[in-house]
Amino acid sequence: MRVIADQDKCVGSGQCVLAAAQVFDQREEDGIVTLLIDNPPPELHEAVRQAAAICPALAITVLEEP
Amino acid sequence: MSGPKRIAIVGASAAGLGAAEALRRRGYDGTLTLIGDEQHPPYDRPPLSKQILAGTWEPDKIVLRSGAQLATLDADLLLGRSAVGLDMADRRVLLDGGDRIDFDALVIATGVAPRHLPGDGLAGVHVLRTLDDALCLRSHLLDRPTVVVVGAGFLGAEVAAVARGMSLDVTLVDPLLAPMHAQFGDRIGGILADLHRDHGTSVRCGVGVRRFIGTAGRVAGVELTDGSGLEADLVVVAVGAGPAIGWLAGSGLPLGNGVECDAHCRAAPHVYAAGDVASWRNNRFHTRMRVEHRVNATEQAMVVAANLLGDDQEYAPVPYFWTDQYDARIQAYGIFPADADITLMRGELAGRRFVVGYSHRGRVVGVLGWNSPRELRTLRQLVVDAAPSPAKLTAADDLDAA
Repeated sequence: MRVIADQDKCVGSGQCVLAAAQVFDQREEDGIVTLLIDNPPPELHEAVRQAAAICPALAITVLEEP
Repeated sequence: MSGPKRIAIVGASAAGLGAAEALRRRGYDGTLTLIGDEQHPPYDRPPLSKQILAGTWEPDKIVLRSGAQLATLDADLLLGRSAVGLDMADRRVLLDGGDRIDFDALVIATGVAPRHLPGDGLAGVHVLRTLDDALCLRSHLLDRPTVVVVGAGFLGAEVAAVARGMSLDVTLVDPLLAPMHAQFGDRIGGILADLHRDHGTSVRCGVGVRRFIGTAGRVAGVELTDGSGLEADLVVVAVGAGPAIGWLAGSGLPLGNGVECDAHCRAAPHVYAAGDVASWRNNRFHTRMRVEHRVNATEQAMVVAANLLGDDQEYAPVPYFWTDQYDARIQAYGIFPADADITLMRGELAGRRFVVGYSHRGRVVGVLGWNSPRELRTLRQLVVDAAPSPAKLTAADDLDAA
């Protein structure tokens, strides 16, 4: 799995961090998403899919193929 | 156990689409019909009163899913079709034009419709709910009209900020004492009023609109309840929205302020509601609520999909919402009762970078951050934990001292 985060669309809601704190973080100054890892291990895949689904800004793309 | 074989979802915006996707993710392989009353494929609404209205984003940027992604849903997507009735006995949705959709289970996600004011049918008076509304309003803002925005809730305050960002002459009118007063109270409302005034928007709070003044069928101004008048070439009416439940009249479903559901988002056997239209009992806060915000639409749809397929999940979220006005990003978790006590938890009000906590009956029930997204997310846990009132945590930070 590969994760792409679109910082232009991100609204800094932090929902992704709540869903998968090992994968996502927020910039200190404006809360915009940053990726801690972009190829999360299988045990985090469901949490990452949840993060992408719940993101209110459609800023997270998940590519299931490696 | 045999689950539903035919699921109908009425409403093809965030909640309806979210339910459809969650059903497929959970392995539902029966018939799925998704009915939307707009011609556009599902799109995202929060940017309508922000980037779309300001013209910084093109409409294709707010499409919720690509055509290819929609195709993988394997759903019958009926766009531009309105549900006009529900027959609970025969489990049928009636569509405009006379078609019927039979179902074993139903998700109601019809959202809300803008409230109107008497006389707002004049040319030059706008509401904003749909993409077409937003594009129409934007095209008229480009004519550089004098603008009056009636209603200073989320939508009205954002529209005023965008119009002022285009250097237009803008007046924001609301009968309450401050912008977003009903949502966050007078302290935050006061800071918001200052924010708007600092950016050159005229704020007229504590006064309502008595009537629209028209010339030859076109708006020319508004008369306020204090007898004063405001000239206007363009008026935006943003006085809230009501749940789109007219089509359910006579169905036998419990209707009030929305489709009234239990704590599992169920309105009747095999019938669920999600998103802006759904009123449900949130047992985390021991209260019935209806939430018109983006994250709730998706989150509630996921729980509805799970329950539809046999789960037994209570929906007890900490609601989240945000608004962008000028350079301020205001975000909030929880609920904000009018009689809550407010405590400064981080930052300072004057610096317009802070987090305040709202406590009710000795417990934190909400946190609101102003340009403090990361700290706010951390403090959300206080709401999750129903932590004791923050006065004990930050005794030195009296709000009035800020």
